[in-house]
Amino acid sequence: MFIGFFYLLKLRGFGVSLTEWVTLLDGLLFGLHGSTFTGFYQLCRAVLVKSEADYDKFDRIFLEYFKDVPYESDDLPEELLRWLEKPQEVMEAFRAFLKEQGYEQKDIDEILKMFEERLKEQKEEHNGGSYWIGTGGFSNFGHSGHSPQGIRVGGVSRYRRAFQVAGERRFRDFRTDNVLDTRQFQMAFRLLRQYSDQLPDLEPEFDVDGTIRATADNGGILKVKYKKPRTNTVKLLMLMDSGGSMAYYSRLCSQLFQAAESSNHFKELHIYYFHNCVYGHLYSDPRLTWSGRVPTDWVLKNYGSEYKLILVGDALMDMYELKGSGYGYYYDRSEKSGWEQLRRLRKQYEHSVWLNPEEAPMQGGYWGQSYFHIADIFPMYRLTLDGLKEAMHALLVQK
Amino acid sequence: MKSFRSTNDYVASEELIQAVNIAMTLEKPLLIKGEPGTGKTMLAQAAADALERRLIIWNIKSTTKAQDGLYVYDVVQRLYDSQFGGKAVDNIAQYIRLGKLGEAFSAEEPVILLIDEIDKADLEFPNDLLWELDRMEFHIPETGETIRARQRPVVIITSNAEKELPGAFLRRCIFHYIEFPDPEQMEKILRVHFDKLDDKLLQQSMEAFYYLRSLDGIEKKPSTSELVDWVRALQVSGIPVSRIRKEIPFAGVLLKKDKDIETMKRRLR
Repeated sequence: MFIGFFYLLKLRGFGVSLTEWVTLLDGLLFGLHGSTFTGFYQLCRAVLVKSEADYDKFDRIFLEYFKDVPYESDDLPEELLRWLEKPQEVMEAFRAFLKEQGYEQKDIDEILKMFEERLKEQKEEHNGGSYWIGTGGFSNFGHSGHSPQGIRVGGVSRYRRAFQVAGERRFRDFRTDNVLDTRQFQMAFRLLRQYSDQLPDLEPEFDVDGTIRATADNGGILKVKYKKPRTNTVKLLMLMDSGGSMAYYSRLCSQLFQAAESSNHFKELHIYYFHNCVYGHLYSDPRLTWSGRVPTDWVLKNYGSEYKLILVGDALMDMYELKGSGYGYYYDRSEKSGWEQLRRLRKQYEHSVWLNPEEAPMQGGYWGQSYFHIADIFPMYRLTLDGLKEAMHALLVQK
Repeated sequence: MKSFRSTNDYVASEELIQAVNIAMTLEKPLLIKGEPGTGKTMLAQAAADALERRLIIWNIKSTTKAQDGLYVYDVVQRLYDSQFGGKAVDNIAQYIRLGKLGEAFSAEEPVILLIDEIDKADLEFPNDLLWELDRMEFHIPETGETIRARQRPVVIITSNAEKELPGAFLRRCIFHYIEFPDPEQMEKILRVHFDKLDDKLLQQSMEAFYYLRSLDGIEKKPSTSELVDWVRALQVSGIPVSRIRKEIPFAGVLLKKDKDIETMKRRLR
């Protein structure tokens, strides 16, 4: 049983769900691998991999696991053949595997029932040829000339062996260590919603669909329907660190910005920028231009405590930049230190989080100090998909 | 009738055919991604031709809702009929219009359903269809009817490579990424499109084409369909073959952005 492959995929951080694994076993029972190792590789890839960005990773793990299979032949590994010859054994092995994975007996029975049905079906259909894969290749997708309108196959001898294909690692370019894209950010921002139709200042709106429906049901005599609009009540204030050590993360931050901007479901969204730490002024422009200056006091006064606050930054600076007074981007000497400003923000905004693209530094290091001081004030989350989701949940829950 | 032929003849890679087979046998939707111009949409047509099945296309737009694919209850038509039509309107079923998904489910014969460019729709769209695609059925409360697939349709879904789709949706799909054709395969594709093609012209134009694609500064890389148009233009114009690679005439057919044409001119100098 090549359950080991499943574990190796998991170990290498390649998420495979049970559904997908059962689908793969299903495919094998149907003979979709076509009794070749290449076919087996293609089947695995089609079922288990869901993005071209993962092709390369998958190829590497596949090679790692099946490295003992003789390179020259295109036969299935013995392990696999044995497995396929004795489906009953497969079932037992699979049952044990599911148990090990901590599944309930009830669920196991259900999964295996489906499996059993497949096996029965397979026996009845044995060599019946009514499935898609005939003995002589792909029954419905004939090679050119087979049927005048058939899909043309690029020549019969073009089969490439699994090792060749996997070994080429043609999809290296698609690998992306940048896990997050705008869409994923957007999905995370969607979590941030509190719908309400109870807002006092909202006028009921004309319900087009409801009116049409009610009027029609009413025999054509007009029956007007209104409904209270359901709107998201979340107001969001975002302060982003710009420039300096944050330059490394500019791409990530601009994606976050775009996601926030385009998820127009917030009741209000205001974004300001700061450099290093929040001092006497914030900036409405990421380039921190003089003309875009806004006093921090003004922001605090105008955006009340009902706002949710997200701060984005690496929280790394010299301690005197955090605790000393008289700092600012344009030497706009403010009385209060960055530390005090942050505490004011935290005090006003009960729902606030700090998103950090940087991993937590080593405790006790020189650079790390400011990180831990700021993490004392704000709950700190990594700017990754999981971190962002956690942060959004934290913003919704009263702390 | 050349253009018609090009949709009938479709050059598919071995791996793609395998993926289609896997999806059909396992009765899972097949998700196809790939660069524009790699024939994602055409695959469904080719599969329909090969299997001699009817093809139902559901084109997804940014405003498309999952409900649109199932059914629409036309209350207004019913009201109209009740007042002016003189028709009996007790039978609500006649005012239920099935969407593309409903059409595919209720077809007598097995069909192929193409859900084209699924990533254009709202973020939640793919998740909203999970149940229907899994169980191949949906319920119409107005008539109390359940539309169940008589013959499980083959579902082919295309998506542009740029965006992510929800995980729960992906787990249920068979996935295949269509690579951009290599020169060898491209030659086959071109031969399908042209009855007569001068070898020299073919070789020169392909060289120029892959050269353009390899340039760093090109933002919108030319695709297969643009190459086909270009070769046609070259054929008609009768420009000496020797000038094709050197000058890349009619570059506007291949490159759609002014900036890209500028880049090309700079490099050619």
